[in-house]
Amino acid sequence: MEETFKTIKTDVLVIGAGGAGMRASIAVKEAGLDVVMVTKSLLGKAHTVMAEGGIAAALGNVDPQDNWKVHYGDIIEEGVYISNWKMAEICAKEAPERVFELESYGALFDRTPDGRILQRAFGAHTYRRLCHVGDRTGLEIIKTLEDQILHRDVKFYDEMYITKIVVKNGKACGAIGIKMNTGEFHYFQAKSVIVATGGCGRVYKVTSNSWESTGDGLGLAYEAGAVLKDMEMIQFHPTGMVYPPGVKGLLITEAVRGEGGILLNSKGERYMLRYSPQKKELDARDVVARANYREIQEGRGTEHGGVYLDITSKGADYIKHKLPSMYMQFMEFAGVDITKEKMEVAPTVHYQMGGIRVEPETGHSSLEGLFAAGEVASGLHGANRLGGNSLADILVFGRRAGIGAAEYSKNVKDIEVDTKVVNDEIKRIKGFLRKDGKNPYELIDRLTTAMSDHVGIVRTKEEIEKAIKIINELKEDYKNVGSLGSFKYNHGLLGCLELGNMLIATEAISRAALMREESRGAHTRVDFPKKDKNWLKNIEIKKANSGMQFDVVPVEEMPEEYKQYAKPEEY
Amino acid sequence: MTDINLKIYRFNPEEESVGKFVEYKVPYVDGMVVLDAVRYVQEKIDPTLAIRWNCKAAKCGSCSAEINNRPSLMCKTRVDSIGNNISVAPMGAYPNIKDLVTDISANWSILKKIPPFTPKPGMEKPWRIHPADVERSKEFKKCIECFLCQDVCHVIREHNTKYFGPRHMVKAASMDMHPLDVLDRSEFLDDEGGIGFCNITKCCQDVCPEHIHITDNAIIQEKERAADLKYDPIAMIIKRRKSRKEKVVK
Repeated sequence: MEETFKTIKTDVLVIGAGGAGMRASIAVKEAGLDVVMVTKSLLGKAHTVMAEGGIAAALGNVDPQDNWKVHYGDIIEEGVYISNWKMAEICAKEAPERVFELESYGALFDRTPDGRILQRAFGAHTYRRLCHVGDRTGLEIIKTLEDQILHRDVKFYDEMYITKIVVKNGKACGAIGIKMNTGEFHYFQAKSVIVATGGCGRVYKVTSNSWESTGDGLGLAYEAGAVLKDMEMIQFHPTGMVYPPGVKGLLITEAVRGEGGILLNSKGERYMLRYSPQKKELDARDVVARANYREIQEGRGTEHGGVYLDITSKGADYIKHKLPSMYMQFMEFAGVDITKEKMEVAPTVHYQMGGIRVEPETGHSSLEGLFAAGEVASGLHGANRLGGNSLADILVFGRRAGIGAAEYSKNVKDIEVDTKVVNDEIKRIKGFLRKDGKNPYELIDRLTTAMSDHVGIVRTKEEIEKAIKIINELKEDYKNVGSLGSFKYNHGLLGCLELGNMLIATEAISRAALMREESRGAHTRVDFPKKDKNWLKNIEIKKANSGMQFDVVPVEEMPEEYKQYAKPEEY
Repeated sequence: MTDINLKIYRFNPEEESVGKFVEYKVPYVDGMVVLDAVRYVQEKIDPTLAIRWNCKAAKCGSCSAEINNRPSLMCKTRVDSIGNNISVAPMGAYPNIKDLVTDISANWSILKKIPPFTPKPGMEKPWRIHPADVERSKEFKKCIECFLCQDVCHVIREHNTKYFGPRHMVKAASMDMHPLDVLDRSEFLDDEGGIGFCNITKCCQDVCPEHIHITDNAIIQEKERAADLKYDPIAMIIKRRKSRKEKVVK
């Protein structure tokens, strides 16, 4: 039977409308090509909005010694030497331009007394480097880009959930999706596709990520045949809220520590002096997160299973001015006045360093015609991301992916696919609408619990294997998942579709975590507590006939002259 | 607290012409917000319940609804602040799509009409801006586009006018008060945006989850500017004399 669907033709299709997707769309439009941007939620609501502390760019406004080479060195060292050196270079060099560009679009950053952009300290950045708008930098960025999207007349479809990337003759050439607010299926025919769908934090029970971050782009790209890498590298942010239960995991910006907040255990000890005498609270996120975790595990935690974060010494006026949304967040959600009381905090899943493998300059993935940018792409952050680098990442590489896809599309002819491809996909989706289906939310709950319990901040072979077993069981259960209702705004159906991608993401994370028998950056194996020279490698993942295929590949060596910008690696 | 009696407005336009409230019992958990209770219904009782939410941190402005008849964010309204008899309805100012989800797309076309940020030409880069000048526009930039101010506005709800609504006055003000912007959007807001229809009941700033003084600091300022430009008697005399002079010169 023929299904009904709408066909939309464009040069470049951008999936995702966070910072990376919007910046990419602007770049395509500037290159003079047609672009269509689709997003799972409404315009301006993407996870970028939750970024708080700032965007890292070596402007040297506060610390004049800062420059791109220092920033480059920080990225490489904190990525524990498995970052792609070229991406680190591009990011460090281009971030300042992107910040000034935002300003020219109307963003207003906090200023120094002499009127330049103010920069704040952040964990493991050598100098004060984060350009910020109080603690709402993400909101400012997303609203500024939204303005550009609207005034440049970029065509967008919101509440559009993409279910499949269309591939013909080894080339990505469009996508199929369901528009949730109307229930209509759409086939987007494009010369190239940019995936900018963000991360997969929601595959964990306790996360700072918004509803949307279910790893959709990972699943879409993997199924289309693109290579993923570094999936075992999941960042735990040291400070998430712990109480009340409804807000467990919600982010407390690193800016609290950047502005002078200190961490204390239940005995009142400032334990970071023990774990990291030099950098203390402002060491890299993995170091601080593990310290918090250990204090809690060893019985020096708070009533609700956290540690204390204390900024009261800064005084009420300063806190309300520099950290207004943190003040409000604790006041309204927890009834805690952070100008007078300590906050209770614990590690929370925050970011996926891994993702789709891309060419540094263009964002081109291993699949022809498929590009990626932002959190869904991999390479820049290696084994650990520095705070503020994700906002730099989305703008720098969002733009580059847009230019890359536009250049590529100029030389590509329209690729049409047989309507059977679309019909088959619609039939697959229809299959989820059934009376006796398993509740997707129940399965998602089991999956996220397994990930938090067994592939968390500290890992062992036995624990990871437990998670893999549960994932395998859930893959079986997934065959019987379903929801009542119709195609229109049906969250049950959406849960079914998201779960498919979540299963791919979790399998990739767990199996890569099992393979990497060492501790590096965000990946900590209790049974292999040391860093291992033989693991100066990336784990790549792709779809094979037999299932997921894992390859271990050496990290591309940086040119000699770049080696002086970062400390040599020590074992 | 005991169980919550949660009444949710259910409406499926594919099957019915009017909606109705359906009551659910939801167990209370300490510190719970209304969104937790609504999500409980969606996950455990009826997965087809349509709601919109994203960040659950009062940062994205997706989960706008009318809770006990007051426009509020579901993620920011604590159950213990309103008691255990709770009704949740969609925003009434916008067409309903399904259950608690409304069509707010009209806002995009309004935002497109408002003249964008226009910096002074030829400024030396990087720009210098005094810290104090950043502050003026900052309040308006806190807007998360939850559109609760639009929802509560009686001009929008009850009168068929061309009034853009409070959100869009805030948007225009954020650019008008940008220290490097050269435009003045007040006349445009008067001519095209219907700012004159606002009679300053201040309901919008009362419901704003970001506590923006929408009426006091944005709407009244823009109204006064427009009045100054259009109706200031001295300015009118000068304008008239100028135009006379110009005629003489010609």
